Amino acid sequence: MNASSILFYLLAAGILVMGFLAVSSRKIFRSAIWLLFCLVGIAGLFFWMEMEFLAAVQIIVYAGGIVVLIIFSIFLTQKAGAELPRPISRRKIFSAMAAVFGFAFTYGLIRQFTFNENTSEPLKITVSEIGTKMLATGEGGYALPFEVVSILLLAAMVGCIVIAMKAPASPQKAAEKQKTIKDIQTPVLP
Amino acid sequence: MSQIPLSHVLFLSTGLFFIGLYGFFTRRNMITMLMSVELILNSVNINFVAFNKWLYPQQMQGLFFSLFIITIAAAETAVAIAIIINLYRSHQSVDIEDADEMKY
Repeated sequence: MNASSILFYLLAAGILVMGFLAVSSRKIFRSAIWLLFCLVGIAGLFFWMEMEFLAAVQIIVYAGGIVVLIIFSIFLTQKAGAELPRPISRRKIFSAMAAVFGFAFTYGLIRQFTFNENTSEPLKITVSEIGTKMLATGEGGYALPFEVVSILLLAAMVGCIVIAMKAPASPQKAAEKQKTIKDIQTPVLP
Repeated sequence: MSQIPLSHVLFLSTGLFFIGLYGFFTRRNMITMLMSVELILNSVNINFVAFNKWLYPQQMQGLFFSLFIITIAAAETAVAIAIIINLYRSHQSVDIEDADEMKY
């Protein structure tokens, strides 16, 4: 047991505990913060696996983007500090059973399978190599998925704007609103 | 890194996946359900990177799959939160039980 494996077990225990707190905490803001720590822990795991670029992307996109988005949506839709209602105990028991048995079944299958681990010297992946592969069109290039994902992001952006846009009020209502605003803005002078 | 067997990393990712599943089943608030989905997607990412590192260290497919999964997860979250906020505007609630009609 050397320092590297101790680090792995610490990270793994932290990720599991914080993930469980994120799904079981009854204060929604706290559970968002636990999720943030869990995602940072996963980024640490990527660092430990010597995937520095992926770890950086994980921190930028998840910790910097998605969690902030979730926290803002909590501010917009929830009462701060209010507790979530307790889930029905029957649902809780059956969900826990489904999760535990599913975990036991899956991990039993994994234990039976023998992976022939490849211990050859790992490839040193540099960022420039990732960039070259991402735009290469030949063997082992990822230009097509890159373009497809860019279209997906564009579609998601347009979709978000369309969904979140306020529906235009009917012209009659709009005129009424204008009138009330005018009444408020021009007080009758004595 | 090589002293850890692959099955221990898979234990972590399987555990995280089923924790996310448990949250998805028990929670009734849409934002917390979205958080559970994020946990599930992250467990898949750990799996891809671990298989890449332990079984095929000379290649980098797992890294690219994880990058694309992170991108798609970001797009999915943005659309989901836009829908949730719009639903809150019309129903004054983000509980999944209150959203039982598709058009308001």
